[in-house]
Amino acid sequence: MTAASVPNAAPALLPADTSIDWNRITRFGGLLALGLVFISLAGMPLGLNQRTVIEPVLSLGYLALMWLPFLAGYNVGNEIVLEGMEATKKGPRDLLGGLIVGAIGGVGLSILVLLIDNFDLRDPLVNWSPQLLEFLNFENGVGFGSWIWIPFCGLLGLAGASLQLMSQTMRRAVMTVILAVIVLSVFEFLIIDIVDPLKKVLYAQQGGLKWGAAIVVAILAAAFSLFGREPISQVRSNYNDATGPEKSRQTAVLIGLSVLALIVIPMFTGKITQELLANVGIFLLLALGLNIVVGLAGILDLGYVAFFAVGGYTTAVLTSSNRGEDWPSWFPSEIHWVLALIATVIMAGIVGLIIGAPVIRMRGDYLAIVTLGFGEIIRLLFLSDWLNGYFNGAQGITNIPPADFGIFEIKGTDPRSVFYLVLFFAAISIYVSWRLERSRLGRAWMAIREDESVAEAMGINTVNVKLMAFVVGAVLASFSGAIFATKVGSIFPTSFLILVSIIILVVVIVGGMGNIVGVIVGAFVLIGVLGGPKQPGLLQEFSEYKLLIYGALLIWMMLKRPEGLVPNARRSRELHQDEFLQDAWLKGEVDDAVPDSGDVDGTVAPA
Amino acid sequence: MSDTDTRVPLLEFRNINTHYGAVHILKDVNLAIYPGEMVSLLGGNASGKSTTLKTLLGMVTPTSGEVVLDGEVVNDKPTSYRVERGVTMVPENRRLFKRLSVKENLELGAYLRNDKDGIAEDLERIYTMFPRVKERLNQKSGTLSGGEQQMVAMGRALMSSPRVLLMDEPSMGLAPALVQTNFELIQQIHEEGIAIFMVEQNANMALSLADRGWVLQTGRVVLDDTAENLLANPELQKSYLGGA
Repeated sequence: MTAASVPNAAPALLPADTSIDWNRITRFGGLLALGLVFISLAGMPLGLNQRTVIEPVLSLGYLALMWLPFLAGYNVGNEIVLEGMEATKKGPRDLLGGLIVGAIGGVGLSILVLLIDNFDLRDPLVNWSPQLLEFLNFENGVGFGSWIWIPFCGLLGLAGASLQLMSQTMRRAVMTVILAVIVLSVFEFLIIDIVDPLKKVLYAQQGGLKWGAAIVVAILAAAFSLFGREPISQVRSNYNDATGPEKSRQTAVLIGLSVLALIVIPMFTGKITQELLANVGIFLLLALGLNIVVGLAGILDLGYVAFFAVGGYTTAVLTSSNRGEDWPSWFPSEIHWVLALIATVIMAGIVGLIIGAPVIRMRGDYLAIVTLGFGEIIRLLFLSDWLNGYFNGAQGITNIPPADFGIFEIKGTDPRSVFYLVLFFAAISIYVSWRLERSRLGRAWMAIREDESVAEAMGINTVNVKLMAFVVGAVLASFSGAIFATKVGSIFPTSFLILVSIIILVVVIVGGMGNIVGVIVGAFVLIGVLGGPKQPGLLQEFSEYKLLIYGALLIWMMLKRPEGLVPNARRSRELHQDEFLQDAWLKGEVDDAVPDSGDVDGTVAPA
Repeated sequence: MSDTDTRVPLLEFRNINTHYGAVHILKDVNLAIYPGEMVSLLGGNASGKSTTLKTLLGMVTPTSGEVVLDGEVVNDKPTSYRVERGVTMVPENRRLFKRLSVKENLELGAYLRNDKDGIAEDLERIYTMFPRVKERLNQKSGTLSGGEQQMVAMGRALMSSPRVLLMDEPSMGLAPALVQTNFELIQQIHEEGIAIFMVEQNANMALSLADRGWVLQTGRVVLDDTAENLLANPELQKSYLGGA
């Protein structure tokens, strides 16, 4: 057959490659070994070993290592099925691949065991310790530890790879079971905090799921995954398919229920949950503001913490009895929280204008760097000796009184009251964001985000409009600052490190930029589970590795899911446009895989 | 040309000089666009074509000379002032707001307008002009094909109810088959009484439509004539039209 006769023929299926891809296996194995050694030396297994996942068989420390070979074993069998190729049948080949990958990873740990046993590198590597050695040896001596990881990781890899052989339903069920057990065990404190009686039923005395309870949970989770999924996906697709007034009705019900849940739940939970929710709310407020600046207007503000600080300090100065001594006597002092809030908002707006005016004419990277600088300048001003008489420098402003509303008080020792206050302001912020997104101003922001020059050519006053975004963001951040000051009762420059800006930005990015629901989810997942810059989250044991996890998550998101946690069909389509266009081209939906080169039948109706 | 000279130009350059930093881009440029006519600015790369457009629209301020809109010197007036008075640009390569829907793109074209009825009317007019655009109204404009994007870009410009469209290389980046369609489209818009100022490298096509043309060379207008004369000009033939 000549090449010329090929185009009209059906694409011949290329024979699937059934040989073992040693290259891929060694690559995965090598990465796995590095990953395991890195996690060990970062101290995670040791740090987390106090927590039991399942009494008495599994601790969080070992889990911190075990998930990796499992995942690697599963992933090594993944393949990209190209058009014209047939998916290979999964079989022993994949199991073998998983086994070998796991075993190679295990070799990494074995080598680590031998190295720790023979050399002392504790100086640069704090975790290069006898304790780690003991841990890696399963407290059974080096002789045991130096080989046990090879079969152990191999089996984990094999288990991961066996997922490849299962049907989708089975695979889902297995994943649900694993996740259910881990979540139930890791979130022990939260669950006990919400439903105290469960403590005796589920958990062992010294923490961790009882093994019997773990089995019950596993069975329930499997049952749910196999039989409970259908009705839920039914409800979901009903919601997705609904249109017009029906959709808005359902959305209203959904929002109503969520709000109701958020009002009711804290009434029954213990302080841990309330505290957690209050922290999530404070950072949610910040994230909503930054979402307008970064997500809508596309201004990469890395100094956003400045407005949080201004909000906090303004409230502190106006309400505390222990502010700096240099304030003139006529300057309002110890005023009511609501009055202070009004002043705070105005102050934040002014600072937003002052910082924004010079910054806003810059674009892209330059703007990011300059805002970064301003964020630090504001913090350093509060810390400085020069303004020590006003802000007490490093000592900070203490004695910030609770906000007194007559019938109720908002104070840090009652996190529930703080949460309700935050909820109120979050509702306002969400509403404002939602309205702004659909307003003329919001559209101008998005136009600037997409293409500033063209937006300017449309007659949009880009400087003013961007400044507006800056000011709105500043005001939303100042709400948060005001609540934060009252909640903590004292305020220090160290509460406003650059890290705060970064973490809020990560919340916005991970949730999904420019997507309000995404930002809410992002705040719950990151701040609630991992914790804020200084606020503990649900995974208190992880707080030491919080930034490590934040970083890893961010990298993974950027690579695999740039649209954020909450997928928005259209946004993800445009981010995965290459793949989308390729699919469309293969299905014959578009004439040309390259959007800009135009299509030929772009007909124009005669006028 | 004498019959046009008695009218007031819609948009005019009087001895315009523009600098980017220390670099002299436009040198004593004189232009005049009269209401309802189609004119063309030709020139190679880096001859100052895009700067001319930006200066007309107020995105670049000239160092000397006058930009005149309806007889009024508008040197220090912002872009919005000129857009409100009917000067609109169709940017090079279409440059839609890719992540926004087609509808949002069109609405942004009418950003400075407050007459709701007029906007709705213009939207309808664009839908009848480009039925394809109406079909794609809620789709992100970045996912459209090149031809559809061109329609949206034109529609967006028309939404500002322009009196003169400044078109920056309308045929750039389009498939050959589309270039023709595109020029027909421009013709059609022109027939509605909208003046067209077209910056083009595709000199043959541009001049076959235009009434008059200028040739810009390193920031200086070297030729200023009717389109027929320019097409016949041997000098131009040689450098731009690829003729013998």
